[in-house]
Order: sequence, then structure tokens, then C-alpha cells
Amino acid sequence: MAADKFPVEASHIMMFARSVGDDNQIYYDEEYAKGTEPGTIIAPPTFAQASAQFDPDYFLRPKVGGDGWFGSGKEPTGVKKEAGGGGGGGGGGGLHAEQHFEYHRHLKPGDVLTAETKPGKTWEKESKRAGKLMFSESVTEYRDQNGELVITATGVGVRTERPVDS
Amino acid sequence: MALKASDLNVGDTYSESLVEDLKRTQIVQYAGTSGDYNPLHTDEIFTTKVAGYPTVFAHGMLTMGMTGGMLTNYVGDGRLTKYGVRFTNQVWPGDSLTGTATVESVEDGIARFAVETKNQDGTVVLSGYAEARVD
Repeated sequence: MAADKFPVEASHIMMFARSVGDDNQIYYDEEYAKGTEPGTIIAPPTFAQASAQFDPDYFLRPKVGGDGWFGSGKEPTGVKKEAGGGGGGGGGGGLHAEQHFEYHRHLKPGDVLTAETKPGKTWEKESKRAGKLMFSESVTEYRDQNGELVITATGVGVRTERPVDS
Repeated sequence: MALKASDLNVGDTYSESLVEDLKRTQIVQYAGTSGDYNPLHTDEIFTTKVAGYPTVFAHGMLTMGMTGGMLTNYVGDGRLTKYGVRFTNQVWPGDSLTGTATVESVEDGIARFAVETKNQDGTVVLSGYAEARVD
């Protein structure tokens, strides 16, 4: 995830809290939030992940006017099948294996963040449920409008040889 | 409402029901707010015909987000200092999830918790840890 400008906004926090089924009023009501320990609306713990909205190249979002989106339309996928291409765990850049957040402080409306991502370790593992697993780590540093580090996020993605057996 | 170190004992647990009968619409909602539109989560035709899964499944981050709500209800607003998880099994529409935090240690004003979320069959779908400032 990389973003030059990730503005943290109250309406986005409200919608995000709804989507994770969290009815804590600190995410919805400024007046209520004044009476809480933070004294202001803050963002839920996993909100930084929504920086994807502000990553201009985020590959899991159809681009305006773009083509080649791999979801279904007339056909089950918009991507032409490559000869001999097999496996891959069903496209979409694999699956999310791990996510870690370190909070140096919590986000609040009015913050304008930058997000810079660096690649981390890579490793492989054999699994019964999905064949060969290829893991890759990435570390994202979120900094605020003053250049202060606010959240360090470490994600681990996995590409599988075949769809995971459930 | 934050936790007091003096009230916490290693092995104490806190649990909440996170969702009953997860709906595909909630997964769509999460796609919209997070910006992760991977069709594996919302596009039944792509997911069954191209990717080879029985149906769409939840973003791992949706489960982490729901579990995070349980944590902040427990430790208080703005108190988390670390939260990390592994996604150990997929979460499907229709699943009902329960999240649990277990006190592992309390030292120097920081409590560490083991975090686990299970589905209705008792299968662990998320396993991790959290740390929070306590009074």
C-alpha cells in the first residue's frame, strides 16, 4: 500500500465501522466522542487498511475507464486465459495470510497521512490444503501531517498452488 | 472505560459474538469501505467458475476488523498499542463468529492478550495477539 495523501475523514470512519459491525459511538458521534478518553472521534484499529482507497495503483480496484478487470461481466473473468497457466490460487494476487499493526497513536479525522511500503521477507512452505505456499511480507509506515510515525503495518500475503481446501 | 492492571489475572478471558449468519452484503460493505474489491469476496461467478472456490468468502481483514471491535470494547478506546493476527481458515457467508481475548501477561502498564476467533464449528479462523495500555 502506498499513498501520498490519505486524508482521514469522519464519514469514512463511520462507514468503515459499520462495515465491520462495530457500533461503538466513538466512531459515529462527535459529541459522544468528546466524553471518551481520547476526547475525539478516532479510527477503528484496522482502519489504516483503507489506505488502499488512496493508493493510485491499488490493483484490487477497477480503474476508472480502465479495462481488463478480472471479475465477471459477460464472461466469468475479464482476463484472457494464458495458455498453460495453471494454479495461482484463483487470481487476485493471492490471499492475505497475516496482518500486524503497531499503534504509535490512534488516527483521528483531520489527519492527513502518507503511506510508504517496503518489501520484507519472503519464504515458502508446503501445505496439504493448498500445495506450495509462497509468502511475502510488506511493511507500511503511516506518517501524519507532521511527519510523525503513527502506525506501522506489516502484512503477509500468500500465493497458493491451488485453491485452499476447506 | 479502560482496564485496570490490578483487576487482570493471567488466563482471564473476554468473549463476544462478532457476527451471526454473516451476509454477503456485509462482505460487499467491507469491500466498499476498505477499497479491496478482489472479486473473490463479492463476485460469485468469478469465484466459483474461475477461482474454484465453492462461494465467495470474507476478506481476512473483515474478520480482523470485527475481532478488533471485541478488543476495543474490552480494553477501551484508544488503548491498543499492538494488534496482529494470522488468518488460519476462511470465513464464509452464513458463518457465525465468536472472538476471545485471553490475558497472557500484565507488565509495566501493558497487558498482552492472546486473540482467537472461531466459527460456529469451533474452527479457529483467526489467531493472534494484542497489547493495550492499562491503568
